[in-house]
Amino acid sequence: MKRLHTLAALAIFGALSMTPASAQDKSIVVASTTSTQDSGLFGHLLPAFKQKTGIDVKVIAQGTGQALDTGRRGDADVVFVHAKSAEEKFLSEGQSTKRYPVMYNDFVLIGPKSDPAGIKGTKDIVAALKTIKEKGAPFISRGDRSGTNMAELKLWTVAGIDIAKDKGPWYKDIGQGMGAALNTASASNAYVISDRGTWLSFKNRGDLVVAVEGDKRLFNQYGVMLVNPAKHPTVKADLGQQFIDWLISPEGQKNIADYKINGQQLFYPNATDPNA
Amino acid sequence: MMSNLYDALDLVRSFDASLFQIIGLSLFVSLSAVAWAAVIGVPLGALIALNVFPGRTFIIVVINALMGLPPVVAGLIVYLSLSRSGPLGSWGILFTPQAMIIAQTLLVTPIIAALTRQTIEDAWVEYRDELTAMNIGVAARAATLIWDCRFSLTTALLAGFGRAAAEVGAIIIVGGNIDGFTRTMTTTIALETSKGDLPRAIALGGVLVGIIVIVNALAWSTQRLGARFSGA
Amino acid sequence: MTMLAMTTDLPIALEHVNVVAGGTSILSDITLRFSAGAPTILIGPNGSGKTTLLRVAMGLLQPSNGRVTWGGQERVAPQRRAIVFQRPAMLRRTAAANIEYALASADVRRDIWKQRTTELLAMVGLSGLGERPARKLSGGEQQRLALARALARNPEVLFLDEPTAALDPYSTKAIEDVLVTIAAKNIKIVMSTHDLGEARRLAGDIVFLNHGRIAETGAAADFFHAPTTSDGQRFIAGELLI
Repeated sequence: MKRLHTLAALAIFGALSMTPASAQDKSIVVASTTSTQDSGLFGHLLPAFKQKTGIDVKVIAQGTGQALDTGRRGDADVVFVHAKSAEEKFLSEGQSTKRYPVMYNDFVLIGPKSDPAGIKGTKDIVAALKTIKEKGAPFISRGDRSGTNMAELKLWTVAGIDIAKDKGPWYKDIGQGMGAALNTASASNAYVISDRGTWLSFKNRGDLVVAVEGDKRLFNQYGVMLVNPAKHPTVKADLGQQFIDWLISPEGQKNIADYKINGQQLFYPNATDPNA
Repeated sequence: MMSNLYDALDLVRSFDASLFQIIGLSLFVSLSAVAWAAVIGVPLGALIALNVFPGRTFIIVVINALMGLPPVVAGLIVYLSLSRSGPLGSWGILFTPQAMIIAQTLLVTPIIAALTRQTIEDAWVEYRDELTAMNIGVAARAATLIWDCRFSLTTALLAGFGRAAAEVGAIIIVGGNIDGFTRTMTTTIALETSKGDLPRAIALGGVLVGIIVIVNALAWSTQRLGARFSGA
Repeated sequence: MTMLAMTTDLPIALEHVNVVAGGTSILSDITLRFSAGAPTILIGPNGSGKTTLLRVAMGLLQPSNGRVTWGGQERVAPQRRAIVFQRPAMLRRTAAANIEYALASADVRRDIWKQRTTELLAMVGLSGLGERPARKLSGGEQQRLALARALARNPEVLFLDEPTAALDPYSTKAIEDVLVTIAAKNIKIVMSTHDLGEARRLAGDIVFLNHGRIAETGAAADFFHAPTTSDGQRFIAGELLI
């Protein structure tokens, strides 16, 4: 009879383990980027949003490309990424009906203190990349269709370099997120393009420092979109829209501006900028 | 390195609440997976061990091979199945602990089935005459042998748990590593390492290794306990 | 104590039974009948086929040719017969639990299990050892437990394959005493042994096997007094039969 009790206990445990915590609770899935996650922004924003609306925001952090694909599969309610051209493609496919700019920050070129390419402190990112290629200085690329990766590739193009054809052993494509890329750059004394948010919150810098910053072409815009419920009926359109509305509201925008690491602001709200 | 270790110890000692939430989720997911894998794998292994049917050898080879199923592949399969645009999308459980349990069950079931099959097959060689002479029916044979081999089978379950608790590839894909919801010890270690936050990663790594050591100690003491019933 | 049997396994009849394994003939042209009554003892040199013959008669082994019937029927499930092996397999549970397992297999009512178990343990001289793990019993104790297990099924026919071969004289006597008791209760015993003395002590009938064939059969008294075949004579004289 002891065995029947064990069986009963196992059956109940089994049943419990398979019931989702709350099938109809107030929650949404937001597909966002590793840079927004690794910077710690969500840890700062989401509790405030939950307190105001009671909505749980579950963030899946992937690269921009991957996040948009997750939206295309209907596995996310909202996408929050930073590659305008990819976002506009998403719109043109009808996967969303509206794109809302939210905030911006900038990219920085990170490199070793020893500066093998001799570009530290310069202001021209395109020239710096050309020099890195000429000198064959080690360079880490995320290679993961993330917003940062797309920005990096675009900069090579602006520099007139066909990086897919002309890369050499100095160019290491690791196919991973920003944190991993920074770790790899630190360990191999290489250059890497990072968003400032992740860089500021990154704790394993080793000998890495900011090499190039401030170039207008390093501007990095973030946008948010609701996945189109007409295409994906299971999308929680109402809750998702509440999140978007909050992000672009004065309250949400202030929350974004308030996020600081060591007193330094990471993201600059610009929902009201018509050109963003 | 040393400062990281000290910080890690502090984290554990201070009973950081989120740390324990992560540990709790890890245990919940892996233990559930082992339970399901046992429910499926033990009878399956016994069935294969005790019956002759066409394709038996092929099935045994396949199950043995599946013991080495790469976790990321298991994760990918489950991800594609549970995605809203996939066949089981209507279940709506992608990016939840339930999806993680399914993925780990997929990984652990072949281990338990293969080990059960081997154990029961060996036991059948030993008990075949006695059980046949006592006119024991097919289902009862399986039940008798499973109970008789309970110590070896428990070791198999513990092996399955070790595999589940240690993997990260499957659950990070199907769980999405969502803060406070689908973040386990292994996925957090991966995340914190990539963020460069090593004390937290080390603390969790230590706890995880500690759990694995305890599981192995349990396996060892189960064997010793089994010896009590097995004679010399 | 004995249940009214709806069917009977006796007589067990082997007709022209051959057992061939791996190209070797183990039993050749065995025609034999086990009928109710005094114990039948199988004797013969090692490799003469005694174990195989017992397994065929028990129904554990299908002959390569020939017919085996139990109470006139072929393919009868082993419900009224039981066997004690030379090296019995003990389940990984207590001695008492092993007996209860046998009782369950014979569909004995659960409410009399405790009582039956105590009786059976006492019968084979294992009283007080019920709670010990069966695998921790000594060789002789395990053999006696195997006997208790077989008796738990209330058999009509009890096969034993050299049950005392590896036992000390005390355990041997304990087992032989039980066999004498149950033979008196009309349970048919079919047993193989190496020990001619044991055969003399227990047998009603003798079946003498050599090289897989029945060399001689007969009442024990007749066989031991004056075997009719030269092999039989040489065997009981203690010669090695090649």
